[in-house]
Amino acid sequence: MTRDEIYAKVKDLLVDALAVDDEDVTPTARLTADLGAESIDFLDIVFKLQQTFGIQIPQGELFPENLSQHANLIKDGKVTPEGIAMIKSKLPHVDFSAWEKDPVAKKLAEVFTVETLVRYVERKIAAK
Amino acid sequence: MRWMWIDRIVELQPRERLVAVKHVSLAEEHLHDHFPQRGDRPAFPVMPMSLIVEGMAQSAGILVGHAEEFREKVILAKVGKAEMSREATPGCTLRYTATITHLDSVGASTKGLIELIEPSPTGGGTPEPVGAIDLMFSHLDNNMGGQKFPEWNFVFSESFRTLLRSSGITT
Repeated sequence: MTRDEIYAKVKDLLVDALAVDDEDVTPTARLTADLGAESIDFLDIVFKLQQTFGIQIPQGELFPENLSQHANLIKDGKVTPEGIAMIKSKLPHVDFSAWEKDPVAKKLAEVFTVETLVRYVERKIAAK
Repeated sequence: MRWMWIDRIVELQPRERLVAVKHVSLAEEHLHDHFPQRGDRPAFPVMPMSLIVEGMAQSAGILVGHAEEFREKVILAKVGKAEMSREATPGCTLRYTATITHLDSVGASTKGLIELIEPSPTGGGTPEPVGAIDLMFSHLDNNMGGQKFPEWNFVFSESFRTLLRSSGITT
């Protein structure tokens, strides 16, 4: 499957999951801030990706697990260097470069874009 | 007593599909308020769409819960789609068919077909597709937030067990 084919399928499933217009879904669109995804939508997206591409997505592999469970990973509302290193190692498909300049924990969800999903699926299919 | 919005389970294929029926009755008080007579406009009793969604959620929720022998706390997490093309009036029967499209340790998603059976003079009737309701469920103890909940399964309470028994699903 080509990158364009993956992108087209990801786009369709986001239109369905988030009830957004086709033209709103661009590679750089952020799932939360631009497309209005809420926490439960992330679970819906995981289900739909698994169905659409026939892949298994273990918890914490595409989106991070809840960092607030690990008190030492967040200090004054920001993710600590240890926390950043941990999530970067667990989520190699994510571009954290802009966010890590001011790593506010509550803004972590904003790093997830349409492109992030395409890159993740591409890696999963290649690893099959 | 929990509000039950299905009367009987008529078919259960474990981990695949469940069919349930709901008879709409004028004895249900909410129909008198939905919608009452106002001025020149006569009363118009119809089953509220929100309760049809609840009926489908109960049908699909039982199917998802049954898959793991009701060990999981199955919670409705998202209504992906809810469409209906005609009203369900008193005397009609709603038939809910819920099908699992995805099931794993975190939760499930289901597709739902709503059919309406309008009674014929002899009491029977032909199911007519009138809508679709797609839902997503979370297994509460495996939630992504890591939040803890009581050990006892408060979702599948006595009313659900009664329904399963009276439908002949359990003994």
